[in-house]
Amino acid sequence: MAEFLQIMISGLAAGAVYALAAVGFTLLWQASQAINFAQGEFVMLPAFFVLIGTGYFGLPLWVAILLAIVISILVLGIAFKKLVVEPMLPHGTLPLVIATIALGLLMKESVKEFYSAQGQPFPPLFPQTVFEVFGAAISVQDVCNLLVSLLVILGLQMFLQRSRTGRSMQATAQNPAVAEILGVDVKKMVMYTFIINGFLAAIASILISPFYLAKFSNGETLGLIAFIAAIVGGFNQIRGALVGGLLIGVLDNLAAAYVSAQYRAAVPLILLIVIIMVRPQGLVGTTEGRAV
Amino acid sequence: MLKRYLVGLAMAVTIGVGGAQAQVKIANIAELSGAGAAAGTVWKDGVDLAVDEINASGGILGQHIELMEYDSQTDPQNSRAMVQKAIDDGAYVLLGTVYSSSTVVNMLVAQQNGYPQLTGSEAPAITQKGNPFIFRTAFGSQKGMPKIGAYLSFGLKASKVAIVWANTEYGKGGHDAFVDVTKEFNLEIAADLPTEQGQADFSADVVKIKNSGADAVFAFMTEEESARFLIEAEKQGLELPIAGDTVLGSQKVIDLAGAAAEGVMSHVGLSADAPVPTIQAMDKKFTERFGYRPDHNAIKGYIGAYAIKYVTEMVGEFDRQKFADTMHGLCLQAKEYPGLLLDICWDQNGEVSRESFLVQVTNGQQQIVQTLPAN
Repeated sequence: MAEFLQIMISGLAAGAVYALAAVGFTLLWQASQAINFAQGEFVMLPAFFVLIGTGYFGLPLWVAILLAIVISILVLGIAFKKLVVEPMLPHGTLPLVIATIALGLLMKESVKEFYSAQGQPFPPLFPQTVFEVFGAAISVQDVCNLLVSLLVILGLQMFLQRSRTGRSMQATAQNPAVAEILGVDVKKMVMYTFIINGFLAAIASILISPFYLAKFSNGETLGLIAFIAAIVGGFNQIRGALVGGLLIGVLDNLAAAYVSAQYRAAVPLILLIVIIMVRPQGLVGTTEGRAV
Repeated sequence: MLKRYLVGLAMAVTIGVGGAQAQVKIANIAELSGAGAAAGTVWKDGVDLAVDEINASGGILGQHIELMEYDSQTDPQNSRAMVQKAIDDGAYVLLGTVYSSSTVVNMLVAQQNGYPQLTGSEAPAITQKGNPFIFRTAFGSQKGMPKIGAYLSFGLKASKVAIVWANTEYGKGGHDAFVDVTKEFNLEIAADLPTEQGQADFSADVVKIKNSGADAVFAFMTEEESARFLIEAEKQGLELPIAGDTVLGSQKVIDLAGAAAEGVMSHVGLSADAPVPTIQAMDKKFTERFGYRPDHNAIKGYIGAYAIKYVTEMVGEFDRQKFADTMHGLCLQAKEYPGLLLDICWDQNGEVSRESFLVQVTNGQQQIVQTLPAN
């Protein structure tokens, strides 16, 4: 029981971070019909912004983190939309997909070139202590990661549902033409979506790097998991991405503990295949019709 | 006027040709990217340092070394292609690779072509395949296992041990050698956990160890995985003593894992903290040049490059077959051959015999607890 509880908590903590990246996937898809195949690298990069801040400029960790979040919003949000998505989108989805794949490679190789191919230590953000619950040793860091991720997603959900801007963003996602007729500044709403994605990627990166180390290739795994989580949960629902992320985090840990560490990587893929066959719209997604 | 110009030109060309020194090509195939970059890049720095020193002191048999570098990308098939490319490019002798999974594949190409290869790999299988052209720069992991087994059994008084190991050629070799040792020392295996190359999440592995009833852990993974495992172990409050081989207590793992590496015990073949003047001098030069301290892989690379110089000069010519023949059964003393840092012997299989060290990580540094004799 204690073992199971520990595995569940660790799985949920990792899954919540995957969910942050997966939510970014779904937001961009809803706002601009763009599948960002560089999303994994978006999660990899902000950790290096923090390390540059602390290492090269000698900034305190929290200042470097805040600065990294701002830079992520500027680079991974605004610049990404202006320089990659806007010029490519009029040519269709496929050129944009290829452009994001190329962007991911560029980011990965650039980090390797300028910051070496080696993993870099990343300072822990929360106290490295444990407490006991029903005989299970629960890590404070796991609990904090879980709480921060869930708070961010909850805050985002509330922003989208309760604020005027959030509702305008939803209207834009559902039908941009009608939203524009109703006076919504569609371009601005889409830009907000990209900014939020940059913010989510930065939070995910900062939470996961103390355990995974900051490494140029981290995006390969994180991007794939986030993509699968978004599909499993439902590509058109934020809560779907949350469910997908948590589910994959827990399943990955359960598989490693009770099936085999060698086949843990296969578990999310098996889940993906089953979901696509049984419920293609995802666990909590809704069926969507599109004109082609 | 034209005559004077032509004479001048002829003289310049003559001086140019005379000034250019003949060069011998040495290939270094290493993990410069991918999962093994932490090991391969420091190996490369060790090689670079040695090659520059050798060139500054006149090269090998009067020829400067032209170092050709190839990135295996930590991919066995790619490493095989890179070894072939190095041979096609006219290399004299090969250095690398570090990852055993790559070396077991690419050493066949070197063997078929008759190219001596000095590797940093430690999987036992590498020197058990009868390849007359493979030579280690550090001993195989099987040599350290009896020493770790003795430490766990007599030093820690452990009776049950959890094994967490990399499911790679390197990891399997170490795992199998350690399992043999557990029988010898009556150590019960409480948990046997293979992990994947590049694995990021070790939470399930640590939970299983905590609930296995083990009273010590033997960890046998590569640098980044070892660091991630130690970070997770600390995160979950795993209080069991953790012991391992060279990698676990290496400077790279200490740098990556930080406080999580504190107290870790390991049997280290090569350490920058070894109380040996030649190693301390190398440590100083390396740190000044690269801005970080050398770990065992850097020292292995350094020794590998110097071994090429010394053995070639013993042979007296650039002959690959004679080079390999000379190395078999060769013992060299660091007093006469300082670039080798420690006295070293290669047996008929290219396996190394040398002193080693028992190391504990204290205050972010390797502390040599004991110097162990060669076996």
